[in-house]
Amino acid sequence: MVLQSLKSCLWLSCILRTPKACFWSTASGGLIIQSVSNDIYENLAVEDWIHDHMDLEKQQVLFLWRNSPSVVIGRHQNPWQECNLRLLRQKNIKLARRRSGGGTVYHDLGNINLTFFTTRKKYERTENLKLVVKALKALRPQLDVHVTDRYDILLDRQYKISGTAAKLGRTSAYHHCTLLCNADKLVLSSVLKSPYKGLKSNATPSVPASVKNLFEEDPSLTSEMLLDAIAKEYATQHQIDHHVNLINPADEALLPGISNKTKELQTWEWVYGKTPKFSVSTCLNMAYNGSVLDVKVNMDVKHGKIEVCNIDLPEQWLPPGLYSELVKSLTGSKFCPNEITTLVTTLLRVCPQDDELHSRWSLLCENMIMLM
Amino acid sequence: VCIHRVRSCSSIRFIKSKYVCVFDKSALKFSHQQRLFRTSAVSCGQIVQFKLSDIGEGITEVTVKEWYIKEGDSVSQFDSICEVQSDKASVTITSRYDGVIRKLHYSIDDIAFVGKPLVDIEIDASKGVAPEEDVVETPPMSHEEHTHQEIKGHKTLATPAVRRLAMENNIKLSEVVGTGKDNRILKEDILNYLAKQTGAILPPSPKAEIVPPLRKTETVPAAPKDKARKIPVPISRPIAFSGKDKTESVTGFQKAMVKTMSAALKIPHFGYCDEIDLTQLVQLREELKPLAELRGVKLSFMPFFIKAASLGLLQYPILNASLDENCQNVTYKASHNIGVAMDTEQGLIVPNVKNVQVCSVFDIAVELNRLQSLGSAGQLGTSDLTGGTFTLSNIGTIGGTYAKPVILPPEVAIGALGKIQILPRFNGKGEVFKAQIMNVSWSADHRIIDGATMARFSNLWKSYLENPASMLLDLK
Repeated sequence: MVLQSLKSCLWLSCILRTPKACFWSTASGGLIIQSVSNDIYENLAVEDWIHDHMDLEKQQVLFLWRNSPSVVIGRHQNPWQECNLRLLRQKNIKLARRRSGGGTVYHDLGNINLTFFTTRKKYERTENLKLVVKALKALRPQLDVHVTDRYDILLDRQYKISGTAAKLGRTSAYHHCTLLCNADKLVLSSVLKSPYKGLKSNATPSVPASVKNLFEEDPSLTSEMLLDAIAKEYATQHQIDHHVNLINPADEALLPGISNKTKELQTWEWVYGKTPKFSVSTCLNMAYNGSVLDVKVNMDVKHGKIEVCNIDLPEQWLPPGLYSELVKSLTGSKFCPNEITTLVTTLLRVCPQDDELHSRWSLLCENMIMLM
Repeated sequence: VCIHRVRSCSSIRFIKSKYVCVFDKSALKFSHQQRLFRTSAVSCGQIVQFKLSDIGEGITEVTVKEWYIKEGDSVSQFDSICEVQSDKASVTITSRYDGVIRKLHYSIDDIAFVGKPLVDIEIDASKGVAPEEDVVETPPMSHEEHTHQEIKGHKTLATPAVRRLAMENNIKLSEVVGTGKDNRILKEDILNYLAKQTGAILPPSPKAEIVPPLRKTETVPAAPKDKARKIPVPISRPIAFSGKDKTESVTGFQKAMVKTMSAALKIPHFGYCDEIDLTQLVQLREELKPLAELRGVKLSFMPFFIKAASLGLLQYPILNASLDENCQNVTYKASHNIGVAMDTEQGLIVPNVKNVQVCSVFDIAVELNRLQSLGSAGQLGTSDLTGGTFTLSNIGTIGGTYAKPVILPPEVAIGALGKIQILPRFNGKGEVFKAQIMNVSWSADHRIIDGATMARFSNLWKSYLENPASMLLDLK
């Protein structure tokens, strides 16, 4: 513990001296750090911080992290298209949007994340993945793992155990990947299945794959063992000592400005608002008074907000004044069940107090909210 | 316009032929003329095509995913221009120049090619263009020479234009506070620094001298004169306030508030306030809290307030009614669906506890717990938020004593509860004792509710809370 805090002090003094942080290390060439936090937003913020502030010219960095149950979508993806948001809300699974490209992944403590930080020039994904494969084979020589040309790692030539994404900036770059050790596959498959129909967008789609945990192949493997093996291989290849530095993403003194980065990653504007423009074109099947009403709905959503909204209701099913109030309220609002619920229930206050009208209104609104 | 352009052209001789120079005669098209005419008030700049640089890994094409700037925007070197994606890699493209964006060569979702123009940037002619390769990234060392200035072991970020400005004014960059990204020093920072020294905004001039006040003078008689000349006269600094008004459209929760409150305005409100001695209730709650916790429920004061209100409404049902639009009919609601105002991150929401008239205090506590956790998670359903007949607002948890609550249509009454304060009061024997006092402020629709009704309801509610045992008599 004392050694750890001493290192942190030197670390800190290094940062204070120069505007661009220069992490202390016994030998230059590489640095291995591991997060003590399991919060997806805090860990993504650490990646941002290193990308923005660290000078990677003399020293490359390997960042090891794990998260509590979360779904992470790529920079240019559509969360409605990629996952079951209703299920996420129910199960209290966090949703995060990372800054790198690529597809959607499910994280829990049975999945480990590795981020390789280099300068822009030294950005090389295949080498990083080969390092991981080498580490796995050193740990368990009988494992049949290899890197594909899509930068996935496959087990037994069949099952995906790792997916990759990358972010390139002006002078620095990072490549991160997952590694399935013992993740909950049932939850994984249920949350990564979108129930939302009629979505049309140019957002990057995910490519679904059959996955398998390394634990299933060899029950003696644990996440800790994998982390250790990879750290060891990285240390060997970078000729540094095999020491993993623990960092706390909530430490503002060590990482100045990190709490702002963490906060930004949690805002609705980032998670949902950065969704590329998309349209929803679907049919609500509403059971009312013994019959089923087919109601066509068309919406355009930009920056996560409803730009245009059309609901094809039978004539006079709702008083025209009320219908136009509804459309007017929906336009410009967030495509978010919470916001829409508040809006429509409030609108009901200023409607004529008619039970029939209220039940129709509730039926329509509840169906609309199901789309979000 | 013609002469100006020719002059600018002749001064830029070191430009490599690679860059497209708009000032050749063949470019004298109508559209270009228009563009130049607009900018002729400022110095006529040179349009440079900023090409998409190498991404690495042999990638030749990318998809443009987001533009951070639009045509007409000013950019500084290193500002983000756009985000492109290629095969799971998201790349932020930053500007190599200071200037104004004149043309975007791609729209969102277009395929962009490495080595081809991405944007056209108009560069200020007097600043010139750094002769850099525009395809391959220059080696980091020479890159740093261009952009960093090492002073006393500190690396200071500043664009070439800013460095020139500092040099012309004999300013040490290490003494200037940078306000740009990564503590970069911007042109504004240099100008602010100058203003602080001399009390005025100076144009860049090599003659302006910044002299520290403790400078030694050479001759004694000249000393006072020298000092008078050299020591900067402290003029009140112009306080630079760079805040701008921010306009946002009213959407979502705010829109809902606007609708409700506009409708509420039509209701003629009257207010009635009182103070309640909660000493006995505080004691009772202390006793019951652990019991509730054993059952897994957090017990606050609200369940008591809500149940007492319902008992009161049984005696004064007009307070649980609704007046129709034309004020023709009053509907006495059978259910006591008592709303509880909740403050969430997004704003005010009012879920209600249904049928309080048949709920026990514990039932109400359970339901409140459920509504509170859903409310803070932003997961309340439409049925939780509709059907309310009467509302209580516990603003006292935040603060305040008396309030003037606004009735939420289609209801006709609302109560705001202030915070509980420990105050001295006199008892029956004339002795001073410590009392737990809470203020309540009622508002009611004066069209159908009169002051006397409100007062009597309030007294009944008050009596139940001041003497909780009396609630037992009337519980159904």
